[in-house]
Amino acid sequence: MAEKPKLHYTRGRGKMESIRWLLAAAGVEFEEEFIEKEDLEKLRNDGSLLFQQVPMVEIDGMKMVQTRAILCYIAGKYNLYGKDLKERAWIDMYVEGTTDLMGMIMALPFQAADVKEKNIALITERATTRYFPVYEKALKDHGQDYLVGNKLSWADIHLLEAILMTEELKSDILSAFPLLQAFKTKMSNMPTIKKFLQPGSPRKPPPDENYVATVMKIFKL
Amino acid sequence: MSGKPVLHYVSVRGRMEPVKWLLAAAGVEFEERILKTKDDLQKLRTDGCLLFQQVPMVEIDGMKMVQTRAILNYIAGKYNLYGKDLKERALIDMYVGGTDDLMGFLLSFPFLSAEDKVKQCAFVVQKATSRYFPAYEKVLKDHGQDFLVGNRLSWADIHLLEAILMLEEKKSDALSGFPLLQAFKKRISSIPTIKKFLAPGSKRKPISDDKYVETVRRVLRMYYDVKPN
Repeated sequence: MAEKPKLHYTRGRGKMESIRWLLAAAGVEFEEEFIEKEDLEKLRNDGSLLFQQVPMVEIDGMKMVQTRAILCYIAGKYNLYGKDLKERAWIDMYVEGTTDLMGMIMALPFQAADVKEKNIALITERATTRYFPVYEKALKDHGQDYLVGNKLSWADIHLLEAILMTEELKSDILSAFPLLQAFKTKMSNMPTIKKFLQPGSPRKPPPDENYVATVMKIFKL
Repeated sequence: MSGKPVLHYVSVRGRMEPVKWLLAAAGVEFEERILKTKDDLQKLRTDGCLLFQQVPMVEIDGMKMVQTRAILNYIAGKYNLYGKDLKERALIDMYVGGTDDLMGFLLSFPFLSAEDKVKQCAFVVQKATSRYFPAYEKVLKDHGQDFLVGNRLSWADIHLLEAILMLEEKKSDALSGFPLLQAFKKRISSIPTIKKFLAPGSKRKPISDDKYVETVRRVLRMYYDVKPN
């Protein structure tokens, strides 16, 4: 009898959100323990955090840390990581690209206003000249519905997350990318993902000032 | 007939060094193309060789692979350094994540001012000795085996050795509180392929000096205004 994975993080997107996306898309129910200030110390003192950091996910008898390790494990377990080494290579390359893009966006709330403004312009430029063209071309070249191996993979789920996150910054960011627009629609309508996109799901809202203050306090930034 | 992997990068250790370590440890010979001018980088870009316009790039098995982690995952998987199943891979990924974070603090080191280098050095040593090395020391202590995962050499061991040596370049007695890591370091360093990589004349890069720093800044057009952690 398998227990549900348990996610330990603050009540916000941060580095845990991609994990929530992947579990949800795979149709896996999970629980969440939200960290307030004292809880982080407790987790550390209990020896639950290999490197004293969250995200931490209790899954299959392990207390997993390191976001990428967690994501790779979930992808592998739920058959979202390709059928062989080469497909995995492509999935890894695509996921690293969307990770870089989303990483830039995640840093924004913690930046001073002038830095933030410059970075938003940079992110928009990178999204439309460096990242989205790659995924548009991948879909165009093989004409299939999914990025790798004609089958849903972690790369597709991660790309959808990145598209939606970038659209929150600039709503018409996909205007030059017809295939990505179609991809977004199709992916969003997959039953597990559709459910995750509805109110009341574990999906977290974009960070606001409150969240930033909480994070700074908990992690003593 | 497969050719040797070809590694495209600039002349610092940077993000390509772990790739060299892994290939060398696996006994795989490789070639390097060093980018010396920004035209070199531009040519790779206009030729469509760089998926996200960035290096590292490694030509391997008919692919032009980019993104360091993707490259490392592929090499580890191909040469049986990635554990025997999903759970071993999970442990390897966790351990590599830690050493990646630790070595990541040193990525921008060559580009810092002299004063900031001192600060960053202290920062990295503190993190190594209070957060990372204790974790790996405990792993070795708990199972009493020679290697981090599955009683067998894996990517995690190679990556940890690289991190240890990098830290020791900053503080020669960085391992002083960690007897098992000291033994680990000796043991992994004596593995023939790794011993060869550590000997002079190998493709291992020395610590970057100022001569290279300016070249890299020019080629990549990055690292102009770097701050310490």
